[in-house]
Amino acid sequence: MKVTEKDVAYVADLANLELTGEERARMLRDLNSVLGYVARLGELNTDMVPPMAQVSDRYGENNDTSRQGSDRFAYAIREDVKEGLRKSLPHDVALKNAPDSDGTFFEVPKVIER
Amino acid sequence: MIVEKENTGSLHGLSIDGIRNAIVEERMTATGLAGNFYDRIKKDNPEIGAFLSLSEKRALTQAGLIDQMAAEGLPLPPLAGVPVAIKDVMVTRDVRTTAGSKILDNFIPPYDCTAVARLEAAGAVILGKLNCDEFAMGSSTENSAYHPVHNPRDKSRVPGGSSGGSAAAVAAEMAVATLGSDTGGSIRQPASFCGVVGLKPTYGRVSRYGLIAFASSLDHIGPFAKTVKEVALVLRTIAGRDPMDSTSADVPVPDYVTELEKPVKGLKVGVAKEYFGGGLDPEVRAAVETAIEKLAELGCEVVPVSLPHTEYAIPAYYVVATAEASSNLARFDGVRYGFRAKSNSLSEMYRLTRDGGFGMEVKRRIMLGTYALSAGYYDAYYLKAQKVRTLLTRDFDQAFKTVDVIAAPTCPTPAFKLGEKVDDPLAMYLADIYTVTANLAGIPGISIPCGENHEKLPIGLQLLARHFDEAPLLRVAHAYEQRRLSNLRG
Repeated sequence: MKVTEKDVAYVADLANLELTGEERARMLRDLNSVLGYVARLGELNTDMVPPMAQVSDRYGENNDTSRQGSDRFAYAIREDVKEGLRKSLPHDVALKNAPDSDGTFFEVPKVIER
Repeated sequence: MIVEKENTGSLHGLSIDGIRNAIVEERMTATGLAGNFYDRIKKDNPEIGAFLSLSEKRALTQAGLIDQMAAEGLPLPPLAGVPVAIKDVMVTRDVRTTAGSKILDNFIPPYDCTAVARLEAAGAVILGKLNCDEFAMGSSTENSAYHPVHNPRDKSRVPGGSSGGSAAAVAAEMAVATLGSDTGGSIRQPASFCGVVGLKPTYGRVSRYGLIAFASSLDHIGPFAKTVKEVALVLRTIAGRDPMDSTSADVPVPDYVTELEKPVKGLKVGVAKEYFGGGLDPEVRAAVETAIEKLAELGCEVVPVSLPHTEYAIPAYYVVATAEASSNLARFDGVRYGFRAKSNSLSEMYRLTRDGGFGMEVKRRIMLGTYALSAGYYDAYYLKAQKVRTLLTRDFDQAFKTVDVIAAPTCPTPAFKLGEKVDDPLAMYLADIYTVTANLAGIPGISIPCGENHEKLPIGLQLLARHFDEAPLLRVAHAYEQRRLSNLRG
């Protein structure tokens, strides 16, 4: 599988990146170089191997294979508390880093385009 | 009244316990010590480049509190007055946090990362924030959007990465301990390159609340210091369940410091031939093999093990890590914080903000990850890599049925030159060949100095252990370190 200029443009679009012409040329070269190396994963037969998304359910009391699906992640569930684990940030603090705000909301350029 | 009892002068050889005792015995003040470290930083940092921001106000407030406690004769917390610094991917309340990126150039977080808060609660004095590859993506710290870091052992060379500032600050004695993050070797590799100790704990051992996410299933926070004991002290402080991070494990935290003194005799140390193959520098191989002989002299039983899928770790890692990164970095859109590009519409704002705010390596990884997750390629890349991740983890499960610890090189070579690999992303990725598997499997790993090459460049020994087996891991590392230091002293 060879990455094409069209693929680069499509993926840049998905990733919300514009990229200059020079950057697109470098991406084309680098994606092909790295994905060419990644292709060696195809040497392994993994038909009977389950995928592993993360490690937290593999150890300690969670390493109980009789539990399936979301039951394996029961340890991550906490009681629903009204205030949350900590109070929400005050409004002014939450907006302090905003590039643009009216004091109540984050402000952005017009969303609806014609 | 606080009086400077003694000019601390040399910052060489300061230990965490030594600092605390000196403050208790009023031979030193936390404020004076912080001042000495800032003097050192202002003198030496310009040519090292380890720091991005200093937090003097916060540090001196904390030091003042410690000195007041000492003056009142109150018991001091375990890290009282210890000057520490934090990789700039961990948020710090009211102290600028950039992740090494221009997109967060002006970001002042409103809260603290849990690991940072725990250090401060234990008495540590936070001197400032440390340089790193942008969003921790890199193996040389050359991807920092601000400036590179020079290896204190040879300033023409990289300190490693992505936690290059964290390793260099300890090596140059600009902090007694530092925190870094390790997603594919970013603590262990720079520790190896700079000749210090660096630990990546078990996945879930240390809360990641407040760590700016790169790849959530691979990211870890861990300590750097000059000795294994200092690393154990810092780990004991930051480890343990945090309700703010649902991936932090509810597993008891042993006293890693007292555990250090237990015997290592009879522990089984595995050696995998896959970590000694082609591409391994002969001097690195010799140093690591000598270290393994020392472990045998200490009474450990050296046993051959096999990790047959090791050669597939780098390709699996770069698919999983970039896929997760492409998702995590979607939050940087110019809406709520950080840089925003001038634009006429919302979609243009997103694009121009990300284009102007991110550096080339970050864009490259977002592109790779987005490609691997896109329709038509998901099964071939992402799902395939997740399956190979299972195989790599099973390799370790199998090996740890017969051994307690695995010994290996941390890196295939000593520190390379600045600029040597910047134009070849694949060559840079291969620098992580011995470290990424521990992230994919979530097992703990440590790098400790085990010698130097003919150019006096440090070489690192990597030790790996089972999930939550930091205690025996640190014990073997400590025993080896003591033996090596006594041999060096002759």
